[in-house]
Amino acid sequence: MFSLDRWQEIFQTIAKNKLRTFLSGFTIALGIFIFIILFGFGNGLKNTFKEEFLDDATNSIRIFAGKTSKPYKGFKSNRRIEFKNSDIEDIKLNFPFYLEYITPRINRFSISSYKNESNNYSTQGVAPSHQYFEKTIMMKGRYLNENDVKNKTKNAVIGRLVALDLFKQEDPIGKYISLAGVAFKVIGVFQDEGGDNEERIIFLPYTTRQLLEKSNDKIDQILVSFKPELGLKIALIFEKKLRLFLKNKKSIDPTDSKGIYIRNIAQAANQNEQFASVLQYIVAFVGLGTLIAGIIGISNIMVFVVKERTKELGVRKALGATPRSVIAMILQESIFITALSGSIGMLIAIVILQNLGDTLDKFFIRNPYVDISTAIFSTFILIIFGAIAGYIPAKRAASIKPIVALRDE
Amino acid sequence: MIKIENLHKSYKMGNNTLHVLKGIDFKVDQGELVAIMGSSGSGKSTLLNIVGMLDLLDEGQYTLDDVIIKDLDETKAARYRNKFLGFVFQSFNLINYKTALENVSLPLYYQGIKRKERQEIALSYLEKVGLKEWATHLPSELSGGQKQRVAIARAMAARPKVLLADEPTGALDTTTSFEVMDLIQKINEEGKTILVVTHEEDIAKMCKRIVRLKDGVIVEDKNVEQVLASKYV
Repeated sequence: MFSLDRWQEIFQTIAKNKLRTFLSGFTIALGIFIFIILFGFGNGLKNTFKEEFLDDATNSIRIFAGKTSKPYKGFKSNRRIEFKNSDIEDIKLNFPFYLEYITPRINRFSISSYKNESNNYSTQGVAPSHQYFEKTIMMKGRYLNENDVKNKTKNAVIGRLVALDLFKQEDPIGKYISLAGVAFKVIGVFQDEGGDNEERIIFLPYTTRQLLEKSNDKIDQILVSFKPELGLKIALIFEKKLRLFLKNKKSIDPTDSKGIYIRNIAQAANQNEQFASVLQYIVAFVGLGTLIAGIIGISNIMVFVVKERTKELGVRKALGATPRSVIAMILQESIFITALSGSIGMLIAIVILQNLGDTLDKFFIRNPYVDISTAIFSTFILIIFGAIAGYIPAKRAASIKPIVALRDE
Repeated sequence: MIKIENLHKSYKMGNNTLHVLKGIDFKVDQGELVAIMGSSGSGKSTLLNIVGMLDLLDEGQYTLDDVIIKDLDETKAARYRNKFLGFVFQSFNLINYKTALENVSLPLYYQGIKRKERQEIALSYLEKVGLKEWATHLPSELSGGQKQRVAIARAMAARPKVLLADEPTGALDTTTSFEVMDLIQKINEEGKTILVVTHEEDIAKMCKRIVRLKDGVIVEDKNVEQVLASKYV
């Protein structure tokens, strides 16, 4: 029920009682402000932990080779272990139940140049399935395919920043770049959410890399992904079997902790996810506490406001105000103040969060944000409780007989 | 206008019951100016509060303008007060953050009268009490006598049947008291029924009838020769 007269009456009361209005408005604005800032920071913390894994497939296992630390089966210790192409085939053959994708990776740095521009980039010899592991997103052209691997083509897929460094505004597709003196044709440009370093990479077919290195069949790393539906527990079994298989194949003492290193991203990601959810609980708890503090604050102020106005309300009643109109007046006033100041607090907090961006990176808070629905919901909750907090003393004041309210102290 | 029969009222004070009004029979006609007198504790204010529907009666019957006032809940009482009664208090009870004009138009707001009309009516009543130029002033900028005149204008603005004044001159000096009484007499001359509670003899003598209360009963009820307050102003 909208009544201009009622609003005018309320605006007058608000305008003429600035301190009171300011106090209750400030409490609400501060409460919602702190809540949203804290919530945003919590999300920023979570972002930091999530982003470590965001750009990589979490169901992947990375296998590196190292030096043995124990003698075994007639081999001396301190022997360098090396992976070969046949290892890939053997893993494919022995673990079809677990395996989803597999790719080798041969990492080299080489001076890359186009026309007058040149720079040192990480070039990675990989198989087509590598795209899955790094979650590489193609912007232009295509990724490497099986033909490239089979025919050992001199095709290269370059990162967005490589393209920017070397080609400026030029379209790199179909152009030739020189990698350590060998000409490669650019067939695609990619981007990656993992940050700048992940976009300063050049991918080649791993067979081409091997060809350039005197036609060997050596591999630096093997990246394996398990079928996601298997879950973490079976992934751990897979990891164990894989380790045993490779140690057996490479004649490494099963008790030797060196020689082969396996990093299970799934496990690390899982631990991080658990950590992130604990963080979320803490943030939710702190946020809830702030909201409750805000509600208690507004309740106190409403009790004080109604007490202060007891006499005025008595006069109004003597002049013909019904209890309902008294309650409605106080409620409408308090809801108006809480809604307005709550929205102001919310907006200021959101603007601050949005402008923070990466400035708090060193405190592990990255891109703090709060989704609009959470912000609006919490503001709404505070308004509702503000109204309830106002209703109880208002109802009591309205039920006081005017004679009591008007009695001179 | 007002008819009260066998009115009883008592207050509970802990375990004791204080019997304040012990059977009051009392009638006021249209256009009367009645002073209700008595020492403190005689029940005069309680009587006025019951007449003003600020308080409930325990026993008896109260008729106002041929309407039997009973089964009062707060909402109903508020409507009757707004329609029938105007109040003037000892301590003025103006709302301190509202100007004189806004104070006077407040009962009209509760009558649901439009803002513009409200202000016109309120201004005409302020003019009547001689405070038109003070319309935009806050109560804190007015003297005691002016405040009471604003309060009277506010009570009159709702065009009540009966004006109830509880020690209207209690907080004022003698000269100002007479000014206020002069105003009350003038309003009465226009035909308004007025009840004044007072303990001051000279104020009571400015009314047309004096009702004396003692220990909760009426001990004297007589018409008097009215002293005109204008003589002293």
